[in-house]
Amino acid sequence: MTISKLVLIELWKRKSQLITGLLAITLGISVIVAIQSVSIVSEQNVARNLDNLGANILVLPQGASIDDYYTSDIDAPTLPMDYVERILTSTIAGVDNMSPKLTRRVKVGNQSVVLTGILPKSEIASKPLWQSSGLLGTALKTACAPNQSANESHGLEDPKLKRKAIDTLYSNDCLAGSQVAQRLKLSANSKVTIMGKEFKVVKILAETGTVDDDRIFANLKDVQKLLKLENQVSAIEIMGCCNAISEGLLGQLRNILPDTRITTIGQIVSTQIETNQLMKKVTLIMLVIIFFVGGISIGNFIWANVNERKREIGILRMMGAERSVIYKMFLLKAIILGIAGGILGFLLGTLAGVVLGPYLAGILVKPVYLYLLWSVLLSVSISLAGSLIPTYLAAKFDPHNNLQED
Amino acid sequence: MMLQGDKIVKQYNHKGGLINALDHVSFTVEKGDFVTVTGPSGSGKSTLLLSLFGLIRLSSGTVIFDGKRIDDVSDRHLTDIRKKSVGYILQHFALIPYLTTLQNVMMPLALEKIPGTEQLKRAAEILDYVGLSDRMQHLPRELSAGQQQRVAIARSIVHRPQIIMADEPTGNLDPTLSLEILEFLKKINRENKITIMMVTHSPVAAEYGTMKLHLNEGKIVNL
Repeated sequence: MTISKLVLIELWKRKSQLITGLLAITLGISVIVAIQSVSIVSEQNVARNLDNLGANILVLPQGASIDDYYTSDIDAPTLPMDYVERILTSTIAGVDNMSPKLTRRVKVGNQSVVLTGILPKSEIASKPLWQSSGLLGTALKTACAPNQSANESHGLEDPKLKRKAIDTLYSNDCLAGSQVAQRLKLSANSKVTIMGKEFKVVKILAETGTVDDDRIFANLKDVQKLLKLENQVSAIEIMGCCNAISEGLLGQLRNILPDTRITTIGQIVSTQIETNQLMKKVTLIMLVIIFFVGGISIGNFIWANVNERKREIGILRMMGAERSVIYKMFLLKAIILGIAGGILGFLLGTLAGVVLGPYLAGILVKPVYLYLLWSVLLSVSISLAGSLIPTYLAAKFDPHNNLQED
Repeated sequence: MMLQGDKIVKQYNHKGGLINALDHVSFTVEKGDFVTVTGPSGSGKSTLLLSLFGLIRLSSGTVIFDGKRIDDVSDRHLTDIRKKSVGYILQHFALIPYLTTLQNVMMPLALEKIPGTEQLKRAAEILDYVGLSDRMQHLPRELSAGQQQRVAIARSIVHRPQIIMADEPTGNLDPTLSLEILEFLKKINRENKITIMMVTHSPVAAEYGTMKLHLNEGKIVNL
């Protein structure tokens, strides 16, 4: 016989009370798990949608403005292509995609168009709206997804390789934005001559509603040769994780690219950060509410149990049980309730998320097994916090008065 | 000398005034004595019994147990003395309702952190001694009043105490069962040389005492 065994026997022999005690903590934890299970998928969806807004960091030559970049003036300054390598070979975390670009306004016939040289795969990856064109053929990376695994699912194990641009847009091929295609009457497989060089239009890009609709995209090396700006780019567009941006990504980039102007596309970044913070706040508020409600429920349950067992406490104290034994009796019970409530709450919450997620939120929810650990830890913490005062009072009971009760 | 009380006083606050539950009580108990404490209701018998080992804190006076003063020691020390050296038997048996007979008897040994096999062996021996070896797995509610009191007696002696404090142990029993329990206590007293201090209302029970204390209004009086 041990005190631990006494606690287990008491729990087992009073099953109806055990169920009552478990109910409060289980429901509390299951609500948290269900909300978290649904919200993590929602956050990933939101992050994916936010990433659709495109690159959120621009590396420009020193002295250049964003206007220079968008207007693509003939005299706009450039920066060396080597800077891409600098970023690639650095260990800076949070750079999910890069797209070096050389952009100039040129004449095609009598029409003014913007010719943009790109390294196509990274360009497409950083412009998810083009995914519908089916050029990349892989799932979109979510720069601000709350769980890193969402970013690791492409089979590219080397983090640097993951960021490397790969040349797949062949020389003499080009992509045309929807507006420019309309103006120049271009279609897939038609030809267009730019600065004396003939390009084959391999695809007309879907309308994005951005300046890209008015651009012709060709291989960066072709464009550099045409413009006689070899090894030069106008800008490096970066899709950075918004959390990393808020944690100093820009400063790190400035350290390795000191003679550049690095700026965020403010609205995109602030929207991403605000959305993520809002999701975190909602979860935190729920956590605080459930911590208090769960703690009070468990405290109430333990207090009722203490009152019911006053006489037993008196008997044990009479037999020579120290106050620490009384603490152990009730706190161990709280821990057992916490563990059981955490496990049951996880199972119930996960089940609720998986079953109800598709119906209520229209999203597919998968079990997050890490939540089992968090559920148990949270549940035990709530249970212990709620039990401390009743247990303290139980240990302070006068044994004599409690022995008199019958 | 096993236990000595000297000028023991216990005062309670009642409606703004002080009531002397024990008023300068002095006595000496030798090892192996069977002490009976009698007196009318409210005379302070139970208060005396429960205050000697700290279940009720004294207002003043001295208690010496086994040659050492214990009225001024810490609650922790008194708890340790109760655990190792004192067994209690109460009128209402004071068994833990969800534990079996065997588990109830093992509890004092569990508090002393005695290994499980030793606990089992000693509890089984004691239950055999009190004639309840066939009731080991029964819950208290499945036993008669006499059997419950025998479980309480077994629990009070399983850890081999020096003294048993019995508060009206026959108060809830009919005369036949009362005699059975009293004979049992006498047997324990004689065979195991365990000192017994028993509070009782019953003149029959009082006759079992080798030393008799009579209390009236908190004072020891000569009969």
